[in-house]
Amino acid sequence: MTHASVTCARSFTRLALAASLAVAAFSPLAAEAESTLRIAMTAADIPLTHGQPDQGYEGNRFTGITMFDSLVEWDLSQGEKPSTLVPGLATEWAVKPDDHKTWVFKLRPGVTFHDGTAFNADAVVWNVNKVLDKQAPQYAPGQIGLTLSRMPTLTGARKIDDLTVEVTTSEPDAVLPYNLTNLFIASPTAWQKDFAAVPAAVTDPAERSKLAWTAFASHSVGTGPFKMDRMVPRQELVLDKNPGYWDPKRVPKVDHVVLIPLPEANARTAALLSGQVDWIEAPAPDAMDQFKSKGFKIYANGQPHLWPWQFSFAPGSPWLDKRVRQAANLCLDRSELKAYLGGYMQEATGTYEKDSPWYGNPDFKIKYDPAAAQKLMADAGFSKDHPIKVKVLTSASGSGQMQPLPMNEYIQQSLKSCYFDVEIAVTEWNTLFSGWRLGAKDPAAQGANAINVSSAVMDPYFGMVRFASEKAFPPVSNNWGYFKSPQVEQLITAVRNAFDPKALDEAAAKLHAAIVDEVPFLYVAHDVGPRAISPKVTGVVQPQSWFIDLALVSKQD
Amino acid sequence: MLAYTFRRLLLATPILLGVALVCFMLVHLAPGDPLVSVMPPDASEALREQLVKAYGFDKPLPVQFGLWLWHALHGDLGMSIASGRSVASEVFNAVGYSLRLAVLATVIGFMFGSLFGFVGGYFQGSWLDKLASACSAIGVSVPHYWLGMLMVIVFSSQLGWLPATGGGPMGQSAWAWDWAHLQFMVLPAITLSVIPTGIIARTVRAQVAEILAQEFIVGLRAKGLGEWGLFRHVVKNAAPTAMAVMGLQIGYLMGGSILVETVFAWPGTGLLLNSAIFQRDLPLLQGTIWVLALFFVVLNLLVDILQTLLDPRIKRG
Repeated sequence: MTHASVTCARSFTRLALAASLAVAAFSPLAAEAESTLRIAMTAADIPLTHGQPDQGYEGNRFTGITMFDSLVEWDLSQGEKPSTLVPGLATEWAVKPDDHKTWVFKLRPGVTFHDGTAFNADAVVWNVNKVLDKQAPQYAPGQIGLTLSRMPTLTGARKIDDLTVEVTTSEPDAVLPYNLTNLFIASPTAWQKDFAAVPAAVTDPAERSKLAWTAFASHSVGTGPFKMDRMVPRQELVLDKNPGYWDPKRVPKVDHVVLIPLPEANARTAALLSGQVDWIEAPAPDAMDQFKSKGFKIYANGQPHLWPWQFSFAPGSPWLDKRVRQAANLCLDRSELKAYLGGYMQEATGTYEKDSPWYGNPDFKIKYDPAAAQKLMADAGFSKDHPIKVKVLTSASGSGQMQPLPMNEYIQQSLKSCYFDVEIAVTEWNTLFSGWRLGAKDPAAQGANAINVSSAVMDPYFGMVRFASEKAFPPVSNNWGYFKSPQVEQLITAVRNAFDPKALDEAAAKLHAAIVDEVPFLYVAHDVGPRAISPKVTGVVQPQSWFIDLALVSKQD
Repeated sequence: MLAYTFRRLLLATPILLGVALVCFMLVHLAPGDPLVSVMPPDASEALREQLVKAYGFDKPLPVQFGLWLWHALHGDLGMSIASGRSVASEVFNAVGYSLRLAVLATVIGFMFGSLFGFVGGYFQGSWLDKLASACSAIGVSVPHYWLGMLMVIVFSSQLGWLPATGGGPMGQSAWAWDWAHLQFMVLPAITLSVIPTGIIARTVRAQVAEILAQEFIVGLRAKGLGEWGLFRHVVKNAAPTAMAVMGLQIGYLMGGSILVETVFAWPGTGLLLNSAIFQRDLPLLQGTIWVLALFFVVLNLLVDILQTLLDPRIKRG
């Protein structure tokens, strides 16, 4: 072979290689190589996409932390310990030493929104004002319920410099950083474009703002690891990977995520079994064995959730006698209930469990001890022939309620052996919810002296304060049963003022121990958030949280 | 005919007002908070009061109703509390899906119902009649959400022939009349069609049996008309009744398929109503029911006109 022919052959080889690479890059095969993760949610509609999702924490899980960031975030990288707070758009924060109602947040430099604009202190102030400042153009009444209810003491934000913000509260509140995980930062510039595009014929400022937010929700812009691609209302939301995400560890491994609302458990189960989706939330309990036999993986882990009976302390309530409250807690065989639920619950021995820094050391140990329960009941004057009558109000279904009817019927049977005559009153979920705020003395309680409403217990305020403080009596908050204790009230004040994270943990642990010792609940279960996932999906980390990080997940298509 | 149509449309006005009023009152009488979708239960009472004012729920009920009606009469059904989207766009999108499903289910129901009905009516007392009657009895008796779940298990989960849920292929927002989209309709349409099949079969069977017993049939036979010619006369006489039943069934299927649409996650009015009820989304609920009522009225009117065209003996107005 001559030199010329060798050169020619090499040139041809290079050309062919380059051509094949170019073809590969633009061919449909290359497009198919992109991975798409398809998830069936339990929600009936796509949670709101404007930055403050509805549909409870499922909303935050799928349209909150995916597209947006908050100043403070949850660590979702491991499942061995309860999730803790980590820096998000703020790198550090602290309360002012001389003013415990003002916090200073240092912001993360170099972060940009999906539209390329810079994240800075102005953006934080703008997002606080969207729910606080009635005069601000972006003020959104539709978002204040979903936002301020999760940060009840927030009163304002002020720019110090481009990367420093002061956040103020109505009273000293050490729990604020936890609350701020629910304030998602949307792009003011992107919203402003939508606001400017509202027809001039619409002159009412409130109406203009509403229309701008509706438009923004159709192509929302945050700083999160995923960008919004498109949405078909009530059918699907498509998210795309944000390759330029500020945290290299959380740059998504999948190219697209498709979120589908499928409220019916059997429909979700069928969708996974037929290959329409790769991942379903809350599979039908009776399909678990089928999933396992077909190679699907079931993920579950303890969540900051409590499934209790909340006792009434109103005059005449049978639960006023502490021995009766203790007896109910000792009479329940939670391990049998867990087996009954196929293992998909965590036995509750308090609002938090021993692996939580907020568990403390209660003197009253919640366990299964029917003999001790019967003795307590006998001491209180009850027997098999003279049972105590109690009535619990529950729902047939509902978010976080797990399987309320069979679970309550199990409790009814269990407590019978300890001389409880339990009447179960069933009402519709939203009705139960609305009645929860009205309290045990309201006619909405239907004469019940216990209520079964499960709840998220992500932080000391939502886990303890709102159930145990006198300030949270109905209709202010969720102390449905009018529980009060001077010692607990003092400990609540201590929690509110424990600004050092370690001190907060200690104060919360003391508060939890004191509450468990007073037994205002029948502690039953914590949900474990089961989800069934295709074996093609890898890298799933199910943290001890309501949330999960989709950025860590890979899929082989 | 035009005067009759105009008069019927005028008569529909009080019906629609009545439906709006009843729906409004029922929704407000039901327990639960209309702000539940925009306010978690842990929200403070002060916040709740602030939202009640912001959404206008602090106004007296007659004022709220009057305002809603005024806007509705101007074509504005308001904004959904939960999603912030226009109720009109939500409802009309869902109506499109439900209408497609209802029409297909009714066509299937009409075909099989007529078949079973004619077979039963023609061969009264025979095993064919018993078989057709058994099929129609099963049709009206079987819980269709249960049948839907069963079909999903068999045809989607086990055999993998048809998609289990959804209103079309992923990533495609617009409907198209191709197999990629139509395959999503097959299972819900068959599930929905069993009730119309049963009802139409029973109606047609009774009608055919009655027609066959009439004197004009004997007369036609005596004149030597063949069975095919006789059949055409029976069909023509039975058609108006079957048509009326079919029209009503489309109406029922438009608003009455909540369970089936939920089982198949079909994004129609049933799923929309389900969502609106559970979220206490009053504007969405009122808007959807109102539009469905409008549909019912228009459908009944169309059926009446069609009946008159098919059978000139029916004089209306």
